[in-house]
Amino acid sequence: MSRKLLLEHINVPGINTLEVYRQKGGYRAVEKALKTLTPEEIVEEVKKSGLRGRGGAGFPTGMKWSFLAKPEGVARYLVCNADESEPGTFKDRYLMTYIPHALIEGMIVSSFALGAKVSYIYVRGEMMPQIRILERAIAEAKAAGWLGKNILGSGYDLELYVQPGGGAYICGEETALLESLEGKRGNPRIKPPFPAIAGLYGCPTVVNNVESIAAVVPIINDGGDEYAKIGIGRSTGTKLISASGNLVKPGVYEIELGLPVEEFIYSDEYCGGIANGKRLKATVAGGSSVPVLPANLTLKYANGEPRLMSYESLSEGGFATGTMMGSGGFIAFDEDQCIVRNTWNFARFYHHESCGQCSPCREGTGWMEKILHKIEHGHGTMDDVDLLWDVQRKIEGNTICPLGDAAAWPVASAIRHFRDEFEWHIKEPVKSQQQNYGLANYATPIEKAPVTEEK
Amino acid sequence: MLKVEEQTPVTFSSELLAKFDDIKSRYPEGKQKSALLPLLHLVQAEFLWVPTSAMDQVAAYLDIQPIEVYEVATFYTMYFLKPQGKYALEVCRTGPCCLVGAEKILSHLESKLGVKEGEVTPDGLFSFRGVECLAACGFGPVLQISPEYTFYENLTTESVDKLIEDLTSKK
Repeated sequence: MSRKLLLEHINVPGINTLEVYRQKGGYRAVEKALKTLTPEEIVEEVKKSGLRGRGGAGFPTGMKWSFLAKPEGVARYLVCNADESEPGTFKDRYLMTYIPHALIEGMIVSSFALGAKVSYIYVRGEMMPQIRILERAIAEAKAAGWLGKNILGSGYDLELYVQPGGGAYICGEETALLESLEGKRGNPRIKPPFPAIAGLYGCPTVVNNVESIAAVVPIINDGGDEYAKIGIGRSTGTKLISASGNLVKPGVYEIELGLPVEEFIYSDEYCGGIANGKRLKATVAGGSSVPVLPANLTLKYANGEPRLMSYESLSEGGFATGTMMGSGGFIAFDEDQCIVRNTWNFARFYHHESCGQCSPCREGTGWMEKILHKIEHGHGTMDDVDLLWDVQRKIEGNTICPLGDAAAWPVASAIRHFRDEFEWHIKEPVKSQQQNYGLANYATPIEKAPVTEEK
Repeated sequence: MLKVEEQTPVTFSSELLAKFDDIKSRYPEGKQKSALLPLLHLVQAEFLWVPTSAMDQVAAYLDIQPIEVYEVATFYTMYFLKPQGKYALEVCRTGPCCLVGAEKILSHLESKLGVKEGEVTPDGLFSFRGVECLAACGFGPVLQISPEYTFYENLTTESVDKLIEDLTSKK
C-alpha cells in the first residue's frame, strides 16, 4: 500500500464533521503554523516540499507564493480554484465532498502564510451540493474559533467565503476566475501583470488548486523535507488521480508519484484493469487537454522502458511519443471505442467553452468541431485531415490563455497517433457508420521508435 | 441571444433580499458587483429561471448597469433565460461519460419525456438538456437536477425511468 496523505481517513465515518476530523489529527497544521511558524517559514517549507500545482500546469507552489507582491497597506488575497471542469477530472469534487475540512485547514494555513485576511473558494456553480457542504464546514470551523477574529489568540484574522461560478470551463483559468469572482464574464486577462502583482480587485493574489492547498496540511505537519522524500525526482509527494472510462474500478486514487502506469491500470489496488475483459486501446492521461496516447505508448516509452505516473515520465518523448500529467484525469478507452468520435466530442466541448475573446480559438474550435463531425459521420475527404491539422496548428500558441492549446492538442495527437483510423472513416463511409475501427495495432509492442513528425 | 419579450415583472421577497444582503457583505466596500453570480443563482432558485425584469432589479440592487447583468447571464451556461420544467434535468455529454453510455441516456430521456432537448413537457414538470463535463467522470453517466443540483450517478435507462416516475408522483 502506498502512503496516503490526503485520503488517509476518507473512509472514517463522519470525517466530514469537525469533531471526527479533529479526532483524526485535523487542524494540527493550523496550530503549528499560527503558534510556532512565521509566514516566511511556511513558504519555505512549501518550497522545500517541491509541491507542484495540482490543477494542471504543475508550477511549483512555493515559488508561486514567493512571487506575491507585498506593498504596504494593500490587501492580499488567496483564492482557491475549485472550478474543476477539465473532462476526466473529479478529484476536487471528491475531496470537498468527503473531507471538506482538509481544504479549509489548508486555506487557513496558506492564507496565514500569504497574509490574506479574506480568502475565497471559487467553486464551479454546478457543484451546489459541495458548496453547501463547504459552507456548513466553514460555519463549524468558525464556531470553533478556527476562523474569524484573532484565531488561537495569534492576532491573525481570517474570513473565508465560498463563491459559486456560473458554469464555464474557462473560469478554471486563473485570470478568468478572478474576472468571474469580480462579477464579470470569464474572459482571461492579458499577462503580465500576473495575479501575484495585480489579481483580485487589482490586489496581489495567489490562485491555487484545491488539491495543492490541501497538500499544504501534510507539508506543515511533517515538514517539507519529509514530503519531498515521497515521489520521484522533481515529482514529489502524492497525487490524486481521477480514473474514468472503461475501467473495472473507476474512481479517485491517491498515488505516490512514480507509480508505473501499467500498475495503476491493471493492479487491483488501483483501477483493476479494463472493464468487461476487453483490451486497452488508448488513454488520455491528464484530463482531456493533454495528448491522447495509444496503449503501447501509454505503458512504455518509445524505447521500451516503462512509463511512470510522474510529471517528467508522462511527458517523456515530448508530444511525439509522450503526453502530460495535467490535472491527473486519467481516461481509459477500450478496444470498442472510436478515437474519431471521441476527438469530435472533445472538440465540441472546447468550441462550447471558448470564451470568444481570441479569434483563433473562437473560430478554430468551431472549424475543428465541424470537420470532425463530418469525418465521424462518413462525409469526410482526405483533404479534411490535413485541413484539421492546419487549423489546430493555427490555434496553438496564438491565444491569450491556454484554452486554445488545450483544444488543439487532443486533435493534433489524435491525428498523430491514429491517422489510419481517420483515413478509414473516409475510405469506408458506410462501414464506419456501422462498426468501429477496433484495436488495430495500437496495443502491439513497439519494436522501433516511431518517426517523429515535424510540427 | 437575449430575446426581450413581454414579461410580467417579478418581485423579490424580503427573505430573498435578506439573502442578497448576506452575500453582498462578503466583498470589500465598492466591490459589490462580485455578488452578481451568486445573486443570479438565488434568483434562479426562486423563479426557476432568470427573467429580464429580475436582472434589471439585480442591477439596481448592486448599483450597476443592466447590461452588466445581461452580459454575465448570457455568458454563463447555468442561467436559464427562458422558463424550464420544474425539474430541469442536465445530462453530462462529454467524452468520459459518453464512453460509458451518456448518449443512450440522452436519447432515452427524449423518448421517455416525449420532448426534444430544451423543450418543456406539456405538464410543465420536466425539461432536459445535454451539458458539458460535470466533473464526475468516474461515476458516469451522470445527471443533475436544478435548482438544488441534486446529483445522480451511474445511470441506466432503468434508473432514469425510476427517477422520472418518482419525481412525477412527487409533483
